[in-house]
Amino acid sequence: MIEVENLTRYYESRRAINNLSFQIEKGEVVGFLGPNGAGKSTTMNIISCILPASSGTVKINGFDTFEQSLEIRKIIGYLPETPPLYPDMTVAKYLDFAAGVRGVAAKKIPASVERVIDKCSLKDVGHRIIGRLSKGYQQRVGLAQAMVHDPEILILDEPTVGLDPIQIIEIRKLIQELAAEHTIILSSHILPEITQICKRVIIINEGEIAAVDSLGGLTASLRKSERLSLTVRKSEDTIIKKLNSMDQVLSVSSEEENQFFIECALRSNLQEDIAKLALENHWGIIELKPVSMTLEDIFLKLTLEEKEPAA
Amino acid sequence: MKNSWIVAKRDLGSFFNSPIFYVVTTVFLILYSFIFINILNFFSMQSMQSGQFQQMGMGLNINEMVIEPSFQNMAVVLLLIIPIITMRSFAEEKKSKTFRLLLSSPVHLKEIVFGKFLACMIVVTLMILLSSYSVGFLFFISEPDIGPVLTGYLGILLMAGCYVSVGVFASSLTENQIVAAVITFGFSLFMWVIGWGAQTADSTTGQVLQYLSIIEHLDRFLKGIIETSDIAYYLSFIIFGLFLCHRALDSNRWR
Repeated sequence: MIEVENLTRYYESRRAINNLSFQIEKGEVVGFLGPNGAGKSTTMNIISCILPASSGTVKINGFDTFEQSLEIRKIIGYLPETPPLYPDMTVAKYLDFAAGVRGVAAKKIPASVERVIDKCSLKDVGHRIIGRLSKGYQQRVGLAQAMVHDPEILILDEPTVGLDPIQIIEIRKLIQELAAEHTIILSSHILPEITQICKRVIIINEGEIAAVDSLGGLTASLRKSERLSLTVRKSEDTIIKKLNSMDQVLSVSSEEENQFFIECALRSNLQEDIAKLALENHWGIIELKPVSMTLEDIFLKLTLEEKEPAA
Repeated sequence: MKNSWIVAKRDLGSFFNSPIFYVVTTVFLILYSFIFINILNFFSMQSMQSGQFQQMGMGLNINEMVIEPSFQNMAVVLLLIIPIITMRSFAEEKKSKTFRLLLSSPVHLKEIVFGKFLACMIVVTLMILLSSYSVGFLFFISEPDIGPVLTGYLGILLMAGCYVSVGVFASSLTENQIVAAVITFGFSLFMWVIGWGAQTADSTTGQVLQYLSIIEHLDRFLKGIIETSDIAYYLSFIIFGLFLCHRALDSNRWR
């Protein structure tokens, strides 16, 4: 269990994080969400005992990160934003080394390395030099390094940044598999990633916690309307008017000539009616889909709402 | 200690996998060998001459005239070479962000520092070992006294330890390897020439400056004398350098 209390950290005179407090239960998978420079990495660095906090405490299973950091480092596996890879080593040698410094007993090192090589599907590249591997493989080696000592807690700082879509899916799948056995803290500035993996989200903005909630709860509480996107072949002025005249439609906007965004009341299920309307008027419907809330929306909502206390 | 060895082992692997070790060792051996051959040639020339004039042969001593100056010159070459060996220690780890692996591992900072020192020392010792063919060769063609040879190697190793300790400290201060090497070289050279100030300073200051000089303490080792104060000087120099390195790395985390 991770307890973070009033955590503050300064770099020189710049405050990176301010008064963060949250708790993470054993076995939970939690996402840190925030734009670049929000303080995600700083928080993770403090939890993994790399940086000391300026004030406040982090306790993991009752151990303090400052006082008993060696105990904590034994049960934490950390993958920083830039994986800590020595480019001139082979994958197998590197993992041997990582197992050694992470405190795996010498006798158990071969078995541990084999286990993570298996788990991260690194068998084919075990003898290759890390510097020559693709970014996706390097990320996997980074992940293998973080879990070679079978830690209770995995801290992954933007594990999918800079990867191509296929690699992202692979890494995500891997993390989902790991979620069954480990407590995982994952940071990202990409919302879908968090939605797929994490049960709970901590949103950090400008060093402060903007929200802590389950993802569904977060979207639901922020959302006062549903949004549909409609793309048609014809573009007529009357389309907006006709859509606007429907029941439960709050507003209609159009960014491109033949694409319309329809704000409608919650749970109104207007898709069918809109489709019918489009058919009757021969607009030539191409696409009709719900638009889910993006990270940008959530941020805008959160930051704007904070400025208007009544809302 | 076990953790230090793990850190050192990785550094050694990266030394031997990269061209640095081979290039540096080759340059070191060529420079040292050239100097050694010249000293030996000079000595054999003098021996030839002394064959003609009996009274000249009295002062000829292979320990004093070949081995001692070779060691002194090796000390100079090491001064040039060691900054290149130590510059990577922490600077590269910080630059490539691999240092976070060590920092997030259950390893004490002092174990990391000692591991880095150990790796560089092993490389330097290996280089000195390779160069010992020269002195070994003298035992085939002549009968040098082995005592001053052994104490000489001990002295050289201790002095090299000081350079390495400065180098590891300098490397912990920066992400830039060139900067680390320049600081190491500059400071080591300064500690070498600091004794020169003794000539013009008053007697107490002069004695202090002389005592601080890194080369001053080597002379007695080369003559076959092991004095506690010399060993104390070298060991405290090394430990102080590593202590500063530890402090520098630790304070870095607070900034």
